[in-house]
Order: sequence, then C-alpha cells, then structure tokens
Amino acid sequence: MLQKIYDWVDERLDITPMWRDVADHEVPEHVNPAHHFSAFVYCFGGLTFFVTVIQILSGMFLTMYYVPDIIHAYESVYFLQNEVTHGVIVRGMHHWGASLVIVMMFLHTLRVFFTGSYKKPRELNWVVGVLMFFVMLGLGFTGYLLPWDMKAYFATVVGLEIAESVPVVGGFAKALLAGGEIIGAQTLTRFFAIHVFFLPGALLGLLAAHFIMIRKQGISGPL
Amino acid sequence: MQRGKGMKFVEDSRIPAERKPNIPKDYSEYPGKTEAFWPNFLLREWMIGAVFLVGYLCLTVAHPSPLERVADPTDSGYIPLPDWYFLFLYQLLKYEFAAGPYTVIGAVVMPGIAFGALLLAPWLDRGVERRPFKRPIASGLMMLGVISVIFLTWESVDEHDWEAAAQQGEIVDDIEVDEESEAFEIYLNQQSCIGCHGGDMLGGAAGPSVFASEYTAEEVKDIIENGLGDMPPGQFDGTDEELETLAEFIANDGQDPNGDGGDDE
Repeated sequence: MLQKIYDWVDERLDITPMWRDVADHEVPEHVNPAHHFSAFVYCFGGLTFFVTVIQILSGMFLTMYYVPDIIHAYESVYFLQNEVTHGVIVRGMHHWGASLVIVMMFLHTLRVFFTGSYKKPRELNWVVGVLMFFVMLGLGFTGYLLPWDMKAYFATVVGLEIAESVPVVGGFAKALLAGGEIIGAQTLTRFFAIHVFFLPGALLGLLAAHFIMIRKQGISGPL
Repeated sequence: MQRGKGMKFVEDSRIPAERKPNIPKDYSEYPGKTEAFWPNFLLREWMIGAVFLVGYLCLTVAHPSPLERVADPTDSGYIPLPDWYFLFLYQLLKYEFAAGPYTVIGAVVMPGIAFGALLLAPWLDRGVERRPFKRPIASGLMMLGVISVIFLTWESVDEHDWEAAAQQGEIVDDIEVDEESEAFEIYLNQQSCIGCHGGDMLGGAAGPSVFASEYTAEEVKDIIENGLGDMPPGQFDGTDEELETLAEFIANDGQDPNGDGGDDE
C-alpha cells in the first residue's frame, strides 16, 4: 500500500532522487558519540537547529495570543503567562530557548573553529554560519522588547542609543528601527515585524544554504 | 543519466517516464569510516535530542519566564539591563576608553574588528593545518576573544545590583481602598494606626501599606493585637466587632468583604 502511494507520487514528481538526497547519505563515524565520547562536541550544531525548531513552533503559538501594540502587548503577555492553559510553559520555552540557542550556537562556533573546519573548501559555509549568528542576535534584541515591560523598554532604549552612536549611518539606523524620534508604538510594531517576518525569513534562507552546503561537502574529517 | 534523443516523459510533463530503482548511493569509497544517516545515525541523534529536551523542559518548569511591570517611559530612574548575551558589549561601553567621546571605539571599532575577523576567519587563517595547537595565532586570538567576552559578562553581572533591579521592575498591585466603607471609618479613628500606616492605609513614614502582605483576616487580627516586628502590640482602640470588620477589610485588599466590590484574587 505504502509502496503504491510512493510509486504513484514518484511517477508524477520523481521523488526518488529527493528522497535519496534527504535520507540516504553517510555520516562519518568520528562524529558519533557512541564511538568516541568526545565526539559530543559535534552535537552542538544539531542541537542549535533543534532549539531553533522549538523557537519557531513556540513562537507560532505565542502569536495566537500576543497583540503587538503598546496598549495591549503587556496585557496579552500577562494573560498568556497567568491565565492561558500551559501559556507559562510555551512562553517559558520561548524565553529559555532564546538563551539556549545562543549558548549552543556559541559552542558550535567554537567547535568549528577549533577543529579548523572552516578551511578550504568550507569557507562559504563558515560565512553563512556567522551571518546566522548575527541574525540570532537580532532576533534576541527585537524579541526582548515585545513583552513591553520595564526591562524590555529600557533595554531597547539603551540598545538604540548604542546604534545611534555609530557614525554616519547611526541616526538612520535608529530611525529605521524605532520608526521615528521616540521609542513607542511604532517601535513595537517594527520590532514585531522584524522579529516575526524579516529575521526568521533571513534565518530560514541561511539555514537552507548551511544545510545544502554541508550535504554537498560532507562533515570535515577527523583531526 | 540519459541525454538527448529517445527520452520519455510522463504525459506532457518534464518528469522522466523511466523509473529509477530506489537503491542507496555508493559511498563505500568516501574518505574515512562512515555509517548510514538513515536510520542508524538519526535514531541516536534523536536520543541525544530527547535528553536535551528533558533538561530544557525542567529548566522551563523550574524557572517561569520573568515579566516585570508594564513599560513606563517616564520612569527615568530605572536602571536598564539588556539580555545576558549583550552584557559584554554593554559592559565594554562603561570603560573610559570606550565611553563618552570614545563611544565609537566601544560601539563600532572594537566589536567591528572582532566580528569582522570572525566573519573573515577562513581568509585570515589560510594554512592547511587544522589542529588548534598547530595554528597558535588563530587559536590564541580566539581564546582571547572568548575570555574577554566571558570576563566582560562576569564584570557586568558582578557590578549590577540584582536586588534593586528585581525591586524596580516588580509588578505592584493596584489597591483601591474603599473610603466610603464602615471599616475605613474605623481605621480613621485609630490615631496610632494612621501614625505609621498613613491616612490612606497605603503606608507612611514608619510603616508599609497594610495591604503589602497577603494575610487572612485571622492573621491580620492577630498582628493588630500582638504586633509584628517593629509594630507594637495592643494599639487598637475599639470594640472587638470593629477589629473584626477592619481585619476582614484589610484581608480583602481594601474592599468591604460583604459588598460587591471585592477583589477575588
């Protein structure tokens, strides 16, 4: 039965090559902690991706309650935290996941650096990875404002002050992010849009490039 | 792959009509020892993911995510703090050589060099040697970067007054005292109470708001009669019924417990 469904789809879409690409590839033995325990350092990248998936899922659920305007943002987060069934868990996962993804990405970067895995022919994948690091920091910065509580607001004030101190482009960057002179209603909706649409879009594109390159080149060999 | 004349397609599509057999690719000649991703490796990877997820969920349940009071842009006394992974940058901007007229150095030049070097690492470290000890300059600079980030974060955490920070952001309950009620009138007749807790019951020079802690009516009565901490005992000057009414009024956050204005929480 399954085979028939597979053949039916395969005849129309020629999925066998895709299936082979996704599922049928080898993994070098030296990255498997079951063979050498020290190989656990090779898990950091996968765990970063795992937390990223959790961030996307929990974020999707958070937007079912969150209202991105300054009148309702705080109230909606308070309601989610205190009234909604398991709301505290979903918000907690998103909150802690934001930290975990930074930690895991940091460890993954160190692993790749100290095993010299960014060397020829993997230079481009390193660059894409560092760009993802910046996107993640951007996601952390914009997401921090969204609950619209005291620490969110004043951390953003300080962050935008730092952005403004950059010569030449600083003033423009601040106006672009804050949506005007004051940090208020327009800033919140901009940060929401950046956090939910712009940066995740960029992140997914970079992730795809990251994975395609790993598949093409394979994991770097043992030291 | 077949090319040119003689290729057959499904109807008028671009899908080849000839079915390819679904057999694994030959990777027996790849460098190094390998194993199949599906299912051998993936199953083990999932086990590591599951262990990680358990730890993650324990963290989430043990520490609910924080939420302070609603943003008040006019509160200029609030000491701001970014999320922990920006602390190193925040701390850097506090040092003399990177603050004030030199902010550009702390905000642009130093992070710019560090992150620029990180981005361009493959072109800065071009040798073929991969082992960290065989390329001491690259490894040393990375260690320096990691140690400075950890040090700056540590300093920032150390300098921050966490107790004050927790207090300044605390969610404060809005207490509305029903000043029309019988109990409030009883309170207004107690000069001794007003002396410390103020004429509005919300605290004064010597005492906190009477609603600051959550007590039951029984406990409130006991505290009024026997005192608590700096609060002297036996200051209440009235009948037992009045004491009862006042205690219930306080336990009910400033609303008459028999009226309809009570706060359920």
